[in-house]
Amino acid sequence: MPSNKSVSDAPIVQFTNCRILRSHQLQREDLWVREGKILNPEKLFFEEKGSADIQLDCKDSIIAPGFIDVQINGGFGVDFSLATDDFKSGIDLVSQKILSHGVTSFCPTLVTSPPAVYHQVLPQISIRNGGAHGAGILGAHLEGPFISKEKKGAHPEHCLRTFEAGAFQDLLATYGSLHCVRIVTLAPEMKRSSEVIRELTKRGICVSLGHSVANLSQAEDAVQHGATFITHLFNAMLPFHHRDPGIVGLLTSDKIPAGRRVFYGMISDGIHTNPAALRIAHRAHPKGLVLVTDAIAGMGLAPGRHTLGQQVVEIDGLNTYIAGTKTLSGSVATMDTCVRHFQEATGCSVEIALEAASLHPAQLLGIEHKKGTLNYDSDADFLMLNDGLYVQATYIAGEEVWRQDALGM
Amino acid sequence: MKLIILETYAQASEWAAKYIRNRIVHFAPGPGRFFTLGLPTGSTPLGCYRKLVEYCRNGDLSFQYVKTFNMDEYVGLPRDHPESYHSFMWNNFFKHIDISAENVHILDGNAADLQAECDAFEEKIKAAGGIELFVGGIGPDGHIAFNEPGSSLVSRTRVKTLAMDTILANARFFDGDLSKVPTMALTVGVGTVMDAREVMILITGAHKAFALYKAIEEGVNHMWTVSAFQQHPNTVFVCDEDATLELKVKTVKYFKGLMLVHNKLVEPLYSMKERGAERSHSKKPYSD
Repeated sequence: MPSNKSVSDAPIVQFTNCRILRSHQLQREDLWVREGKILNPEKLFFEEKGSADIQLDCKDSIIAPGFIDVQINGGFGVDFSLATDDFKSGIDLVSQKILSHGVTSFCPTLVTSPPAVYHQVLPQISIRNGGAHGAGILGAHLEGPFISKEKKGAHPEHCLRTFEAGAFQDLLATYGSLHCVRIVTLAPEMKRSSEVIRELTKRGICVSLGHSVANLSQAEDAVQHGATFITHLFNAMLPFHHRDPGIVGLLTSDKIPAGRRVFYGMISDGIHTNPAALRIAHRAHPKGLVLVTDAIAGMGLAPGRHTLGQQVVEIDGLNTYIAGTKTLSGSVATMDTCVRHFQEATGCSVEIALEAASLHPAQLLGIEHKKGTLNYDSDADFLMLNDGLYVQATYIAGEEVWRQDALGM
Repeated sequence: MKLIILETYAQASEWAAKYIRNRIVHFAPGPGRFFTLGLPTGSTPLGCYRKLVEYCRNGDLSFQYVKTFNMDEYVGLPRDHPESYHSFMWNNFFKHIDISAENVHILDGNAADLQAECDAFEEKIKAAGGIELFVGGIGPDGHIAFNEPGSSLVSRTRVKTLAMDTILANARFFDGDLSKVPTMALTVGVGTVMDAREVMILITGAHKAFALYKAIEEGVNHMWTVSAFQQHPNTVFVCDEDATLELKVKTVKYFKGLMLVHNKLVEPLYSMKERGAERSHSKKPYSD
């Protein structure tokens, strides 16, 4: 059929025979893509009198928005907190490999490190679109060093810092530059945290509470000042107590400013959180749950010893501990494993499980108008999954960037 | 007229779809020879559209050389509003079949000059060679398209203010909120539909029974505009049992008795998959 489209001559692809996640439901609809964005076929039909150039039969697959991982420390032998000479190729490797896990955008995460590491590494991270080369980079997630000593977890104590002297200036001096930073995790009970939180929020950086001994009221204050995220709920914070729920209490706090929502990361690898605790959190505040991997360098590699910034980590199956201890340090779970485990543990619908890894992180970062959904005009970053939620193919900007081959590689 | 009575809504929908299919296939549309089809909206034709989509998916029927003209559209409703007739046609029909957008014609209820839009629509019908088969429904007040009671039986495409009956009937599509229902619409006239070479009216459900009675057992009357088709040489009314509840037993018995003959219009069921010789030799379908 001759092209008679009035808006653009770019090819239009129609994905048929599929179930797409739209408006929180799996619907039997075709997915239309043009120039890297999801296209409105009705508008195309009535306004442009256009039609599809290519039709692809998706063999009844589920089509979901690409996963967004906002906490990933590395993988495949690459550690984002190590200032190596080939850092750039390391981040490229990870971004390419995680396509097979369904991740189309991510925030490379740095754990507590000496200032020198930030000064060397951060300038080498650039916010960039994904594509055949790998998942898109939304910006760095800096987890520490402004965290609590008592809840440092796997973070090295000698690198922890405070900002009581110079507040935001201290933070800026430590990191060197914030130009590609998207999320900062800090402990809100630290002196002058409110100033720091306000300043970061003003610059569009998402502030997350974690590795902290804050009580609920300190956590609520932090939210008042702009904090919107909780780093790996339950881990590295005070346990829920019925007279002082601590940070966990934010899930049902009545002091959240109107129109705002507190999101919380959960590592649903089956190790970091007991399924019952996962269910409690999900039932208390289902719309805030964001699945993260918190994956470390050893993810994707054989069990054994790997680094996590300044620490050495031992991997045994899905368990990852600081070498010689029982302190959990990141995970080796992949994002699609987390989605499947989350769905099984909570018994939630496929739609909810998929949204926890796509829509919610997009909402957290304020980018849901272009990522995290299959709404018209969104970026065409999406996945084809089977009913078991195993990724069959990954697409970025409408182009296939990874496909499960017949050998299951 | 032919009054086709089937037992259930599903059967009536299927009969109507088969009839349309046979008409199009037998017409043998091709480049430069389009089959012009007039189309309705509403809940009545949904079953028929579903069957037509099925035939298209099976390859038995193609809409590549079919031009469609819808009967009406609300005034002032955005084209992409879920209740606009554009949305209805897209979601229930066009997106599932192989029709080209340039062969689809629906009145634009947001045109700057509404009457000019209506006049242009009449011109488009004329330019397409007139309508081969106009499919329509009937309102509870006996209207065809939005030709409300009192509409001239020789009217053409124009702007109409909707009757309260119609607004009430449509409220269920607007969350039951009367204030949300559009009060004006662009509609083909009774005369426009009368110009079609053949007219098929779908009528199902007990709530349409009285309107059917008025339309075919009483006289031609502008208060029940579907009655105008008593004066059309080729009209088919397709109903389910419930729609006949207000008719005389004699009428229903007569037409049920004719079903043996009328079923020849849908049996054998032709398919576009049959090629050349076989099709050209097939007898013209029985016609009363």
